Amino acid sequence: VAEDYVYQIKRLAHPHLHSPILGLMSDYIVGLGDYAKTLQAAAESLPEGDTYLDLRDYPLEGARVLDRYTYRITLHGKYPQLLYWLAMPFFGPVPWEVDRFYSQPGLKQRNITLDWYPVGTGPYMLTVNDPNRRMVLVRNPNFHGETYPTEGAPDDREQGLLDDAGKPLPFIDEAIFSLEKEDIPYWNKFLQGYYDTSGISSDSFDQAISVGAGGEVSLTEAMRKQGIGLQTAVATSISYTGFNMLDPVVGGYTEQAQKLRQAIAIAVDFEEYISIFLNGRGIAAQSPIPPGISGFVEGDAGVDTEVYDLTPEGPRRKPIEVARRLLAEAGYPEGRDIRTGKPLVLYFDTTATGPDDKARLDWMHKQFAKLDIQLVIRGTDYNRFQDKMLKGAAQIYQWGWNADYPDPENFLFLLYGPNGKAEHGGENASNYRNAEFDRLFERMKTMENGPGRQAIIDRMVTILHRDAPWLWGYHPKQFSLIHSWYRNYTPNLMANNALKYRRIDPARRAALQAEWNRPVLWPVIVFVVLILMVVLPAFIGYRRRERRPARQSER
Amino acid sequence: MFAYLVRRLAYAIPILIGVNLLTFYLFFVVNSPDDMARLHLGVKRVTPEAIEKWKTERGYDKPLLYNADANAAGRLTDTIFYEKSLRLFAFDFGRSDDDRDIGRDISQRMWPSLAIAIPVLLVGLLIEITFALVMAFFRGSYVDVSGVILCVILMSVSAMFYIIGGQFLLGKLLRLMPISGYDTGLNAIKFLVLPVIIGVAGGIGTGSRLYRSFFLEEAGKDFVRTARAKGLHEARVLFRHVLRNALVPIVTGVVAVLPLLFMGSLLLESFFAIPGLGSYTIDAINRQDFAIVRAMVFLGSVLYIIGLILVDLAYTVVDPRVRLS
Repeated sequence: VAEDYVYQIKRLAHPHLHSPILGLMSDYIVGLGDYAKTLQAAAESLPEGDTYLDLRDYPLEGARVLDRYTYRITLHGKYPQLLYWLAMPFFGPVPWEVDRFYSQPGLKQRNITLDWYPVGTGPYMLTVNDPNRRMVLVRNPNFHGETYPTEGAPDDREQGLLDDAGKPLPFIDEAIFSLEKEDIPYWNKFLQGYYDTSGISSDSFDQAISVGAGGEVSLTEAMRKQGIGLQTAVATSISYTGFNMLDPVVGGYTEQAQKLRQAIAIAVDFEEYISIFLNGRGIAAQSPIPPGISGFVEGDAGVDTEVYDLTPEGPRRKPIEVARRLLAEAGYPEGRDIRTGKPLVLYFDTTATGPDDKARLDWMHKQFAKLDIQLVIRGTDYNRFQDKMLKGAAQIYQWGWNADYPDPENFLFLLYGPNGKAEHGGENASNYRNAEFDRLFERMKTMENGPGRQAIIDRMVTILHRDAPWLWGYHPKQFSLIHSWYRNYTPNLMANNALKYRRIDPARRAALQAEWNRPVLWPVIVFVVLILMVVLPAFIGYRRRERRPARQSER
Repeated sequence: MFAYLVRRLAYAIPILIGVNLLTFYLFFVVNSPDDMARLHLGVKRVTPEAIEKWKTERGYDKPLLYNADANAAGRLTDTIFYEKSLRLFAFDFGRSDDDRDIGRDISQRMWPSLAIAIPVLLVGLLIEITFALVMAFFRGSYVDVSGVILCVILMSVSAMFYIIGGQFLLGKLLRLMPISGYDTGLNAIKFLVLPVIIGVAGGIGTGSRLYRSFFLEEAGKDFVRTARAKGLHEARVLFRHVLRNALVPIVTGVVAVLPLLFMGSLLLESFFAIPGLGSYTIDAINRQDFAIVRAMVFLGSVLYIIGLILVDLAYTVVDPRVRLS
């Protein structure tokens, strides 16, 4: 009921829960910031050992129950992205009774807590929760009821994804999630039919996927024989290489600094990187916004023309000579500082320090060497790396971002000045600050999707192309393999509630599992025979030795 | 003997303090309380206030080893080291950094570890002793030479190869048993067969060679020659005289590792997805959960010390000439 939703909004401010979005939501939900202080004071006045705060006693101005099934959230200004947040677990309803129950003395000491034994409203109940081994979801008999969508993407009907349109959800009675810590057993058990879906690790890529001469990917014969299907989707995430804009060499907003960064952006060939290190599983990024997010521009119009030339065959990375010219114009002809004559040495901070990362780092080194720039790799653990980033002490670094929700604001805010990491501890790790970009961002973030918003985003992206605070890197491509008995699967990398749409054919699965996993016994028989062949002569030898006359043995 | 035991237990206290201090130092050289807070709070949108709050609630807001702002004894006691370490000596492991009772987790997760470790130990011992006896019996013959070569080969293969090879051959190719997984009760048996086979196979080379040398050493002694001269059957000589005397180093070696069986196997548990204490420790290291790491190292040290004391006791049992004083 509405009260449960409001109760959870209040819980965001609970002093013992550390909600990661309290700071963000306090900026928007009226009174939430002060509410956190009120609860903090209330928690401190509780008797020793008592941790329960009945949040019903503390009204929150920005979240009110109107009637049993309606509640109202009041915001400061406009914040359309709140709709996405409301679909996330942060806003899942929690009844006060649950909070009260788990606050009882002794439960926490026995590890009986809400996060281990959750209570919810979804299509499934978590009946076994052992994250170290197995989690079991069983159909919730009290589910409020939903039906399978009747509309979808243009080719969904042809793919059979709308065959179940209008049918009540969920389809699967019980879903078992088993923990596999290593890729190899997981992959082998998928091939045996004990898992319904699988990703593809680098080790298994050649076994699963064949890449054609034109770069097109398809399943290998062995996979097709098993009836396995392949689904690919570009992830709504980005892996980028950033410049610290506070750095005196690569940072700054002068024309020289821009040209230096643009030259590097041309030299570092991410198409090659994707081909070598990702088995082609990715697309070179042209801006921070990945495909699938509104604001992403498909085709030539979305290409970073500071880095690529537009040709009839598609965008082509500019020749290295252009990068060399830009570097010379930046004051570093042939990789040497025109003022001092010293070679240009840049520093790349990375957490990739394992033996597997050496080839990647060598590759990065070579990209900079194309411009005669010496790249010094500074390997560090993630903790030290974060420290450096917080202090703004890195020069060039590599990082990534996964979408929280499908809105360009969630990517462009990574370059919004007031989010600067060194100054404000925000997510703008490059500490990029451009007044026009910031102004446009503030306008764009509260707008509805539409041509007006798109025009602003286009302008923001153009500014970014010119300033080049990042090497855009790539958007990873996810490859998913699914067995023939698994239906209604379509990749959606942001939805966590897609299980209710899935359907399986258990009879087919059982039959194929039995067929694929018939034990092979003859090697066991051979092994036993071999053992006998070794043991028998030894036994005969033992008997002979025991029966041999003593005199012979002396001889 | 009682005085000896008391003395050994008293020696254990400074050892445990030292181990604790070393764990503490090594952990906090790599991870600061701020790093721990950031990791637990998530990588996105972590505010400095949230970090401070997390540290305060878990007592990580204090100085590590010395509190210059405190008075008198408080300079040492009002520190992370003191507050996090003292309770360990009462076997109160406290709560993990994600707020779970560590003692309860350990008591649940030691059973899967033991379910692998005990069969591996017992079956391994049986096979290794048998194989070593066979080699000792046929010493100098082709059986002995082939056995030693086989042992060297088995010793030279890495544990990882046994695991991956075993899963591939027995699980995937021959499909004789599940590749990985775990279940409770009797259902666990089918999942345990493969890790036990691999655990045993991995130890055969080292164990058999070692035990062979024990047997050969005993076989060359006068009392064995006397036994043979008396006309005793070779099997009787081996089992009654050689094996019984060679058991002294074998038993003491086994007793030493007995308590450590609780700690689980890091590799086996990880590859076979067995929720034992080995994977518990590895997960805690990856999550920078100091409370669990400290508890597991402490527990490991205590069990090791107990193992060494048991060895001393075992000596007195298997060799009547030894007296503890």
